[in-house]
Amino acid sequence: MTLGASFARLWGIAMKEFIQLRRDRLTFGMIVGIPIMQLLLFGFAINSDPKHLPTAINVQDNSVFTRTFIRSLENTGYFQILQQVQSEAEADRLLAEGEVQFVVNIPPDFSRQLVRGERPAILLEADATDPAATSNALASLVSVGQSVLNRDLTGSLAKLRPTDAPFEVRIHRRYNAEGITQYNIVPGLMGVILTMTMVLMTGLAMTRERERGTFENLLATPAKPLEVMVGKIVPYIMIGLVQMTLILLAAKFIFGVPFQGSLALLYAVSLLFIAANLTLGMTFSTIARNQLQAMQMTFFFFLPSILLSGFMFPFRGMPEWAQVIGNVLPLTHFLRLVRGILLKGNGLVEIWPHVWPIVLFTVVIVALGAKFYKRTLD
Amino acid sequence: MTPVELTKCDSASPFAKGGLRGISTAQPCAIDVRGLNKHFGDKHVVQDLSLQVRQGEIFGFLGPNGSGKTTSIRMLCGLLTPDSGAGQCLGYDVIRETAAIKRHVGYMTQRFSLWEDLTIRENLDFIARMYGMKNRTQAVNAVLLKLGLEERRNQLAGALSGGWKQRLALAACMMHEPQLLLLDEPTAGVDPKARREFWDEIHQLAAQGISVLVSTHYMDEAERCHKLAYIARGKLLITGTIQQVIASQQLVAWEVSGDGGLQALAAQLRALPAVEQVTAFGSRLHVIGTDAAQLDAALQPFRQQSAFQWEQIDAGLEDVFISLMERHTRQQGAT
Repeated sequence: MTLGASFARLWGIAMKEFIQLRRDRLTFGMIVGIPIMQLLLFGFAINSDPKHLPTAINVQDNSVFTRTFIRSLENTGYFQILQQVQSEAEADRLLAEGEVQFVVNIPPDFSRQLVRGERPAILLEADATDPAATSNALASLVSVGQSVLNRDLTGSLAKLRPTDAPFEVRIHRRYNAEGITQYNIVPGLMGVILTMTMVLMTGLAMTRERERGTFENLLATPAKPLEVMVGKIVPYIMIGLVQMTLILLAAKFIFGVPFQGSLALLYAVSLLFIAANLTLGMTFSTIARNQLQAMQMTFFFFLPSILLSGFMFPFRGMPEWAQVIGNVLPLTHFLRLVRGILLKGNGLVEIWPHVWPIVLFTVVIVALGAKFYKRTLD
Repeated sequence: MTPVELTKCDSASPFAKGGLRGISTAQPCAIDVRGLNKHFGDKHVVQDLSLQVRQGEIFGFLGPNGSGKTTSIRMLCGLLTPDSGAGQCLGYDVIRETAAIKRHVGYMTQRFSLWEDLTIRENLDFIARMYGMKNRTQAVNAVLLKLGLEERRNQLAGALSGGWKQRLALAACMMHEPQLLLLDEPTAGVDPKARREFWDEIHQLAAQGISVLVSTHYMDEAERCHKLAYIARGKLLITGTIQQVIASQQLVAWEVSGDGGLQALAAQLRALPAVEQVTAFGSRLHVIGTDAAQLDAALQPFRQQSAFQWEQIDAGLEDVFISLMERHTRQQGAT
């Protein structure tokens, strides 16, 4: 058997997949629809730095100091004062019912104690069921406490001003100075969308043949496993590139994500990532007995990919063992690659540590897939 | 029961590699397998299958549903690996050289297994590509013309009727000009005219030297085969020509004809130990037994009844197969 003949077969299978795909309107719609829908949905919806959180105040002491404090709370942008409550019981009810995220309690003799230098306390109660929702707001309080009253503590009260620290800490937020969530989410979504559609679509590719009984016909021909697998992957590589282009266009023109690095490099690593997901889908499809099983396997893989890759939660916040699992997943590395190239302007040298794990993953999965591909109906 | 072997193949098959392939000296074997076994779990689906099919022969493969016909055919074309046994298909080893077998064998599956979401033309084109055919477009056009599907070449295969699907499937497995055709119940659910045309074509192919192994449930089709094999519960019970198969069982058959009362008579006859089968055909009954003298004696009292006409006839193929299967079932039950 010559190499030419086997390439002809590979191409024949790719052509067949193209034709079948073209006739399958729903799948075709999903290919274009899914990336756009998810991008618009999640791109606009997800915000890891929520502001204007509902806040109630329980102020028992109305003075210039307390008014300044409340005003500066509002000025942080995190707190939106909704109402003044009259009692602690009412404040508790509001928190319990989720009406407000925070309650600020200022005791009756706050100003008097302050002036006497007794370091009075303000109690800020937070609904911390979702730590992510409150953490940034709470962090902003530190600086409020540091400086808010400096202007009001004048004359004989000046000695109450907090003393300066002996050194200064300067914070330089690089790559995303304004902390815009979308800069992080949109490139991340590219990986998530590619993972889902690529694994799922190829996962169904072989099991569909088996379910419809056409696999027997394919097996009866001289087509070899590698020809069938690669031939079935080729059309989806192109689909993956189309999806990626759609997402990149949206990232640039809808979300204004900065493009710091090389677009060619981005396409190159994306091609690798697409190949990794396609081979995984193909391997699922050789193991699964029907389309339902292939779908279940896809979701079994998809969930940890989303949760452990650093897409949803900070990767470094996970315990060691979870990071080990996360590091096996191609999405983890792809997220770093995309963010690295788009936001940091990384080049090949910087991204190499995240390229080889995807290559390794792909090679192992191809080997598994070739092993499980059944040449017979046994 | 040991299978009655009526076929012997020449040991020096010209299909053997390096030999003069396709040139017939004595009649060479297209299929020559011995002792094939296949288990699915603890089910012994095919037991010690030995089969010889000569070049240019139409070989009928009969047996009830679930008897192992499809499994046997799949083992012959390399889709299933036998658990044990050995043999050759067109001179290629059925275990080691399945790739070569696939290139030279045309296999038509029991269920329509072409792609229903491809057009007729696309299906044929795809199959032609899979076999690496050089003059692909010409071959596909020729098949379309021959089938009379030129007009409908852009119609989806899924939209075809049963008869057309079957013709398309046959055309698809014929395109790469195989020397051996394995057809698994090719005419199931096809109307009589289409079936007759199909068989005419099979005979033309056989005349060109192509060997055909075809499984079927239809007796009229079995009678159009050169040779037959009957398989039940994974065991080959008999092989041979129609005459050999019928003669080997030495069945005695009587035909009773008359108006009314046949059902009552049938019930009475079935109770006789010498009678093996009683089958009703409209206003006639066929009464079958194995021992001529015993059957004669048992039927004597009934033949005196003037209401019916009694006539001794030749046993048919169907009678032979039913008799074979029932005896096999009884033996299985006894052991």
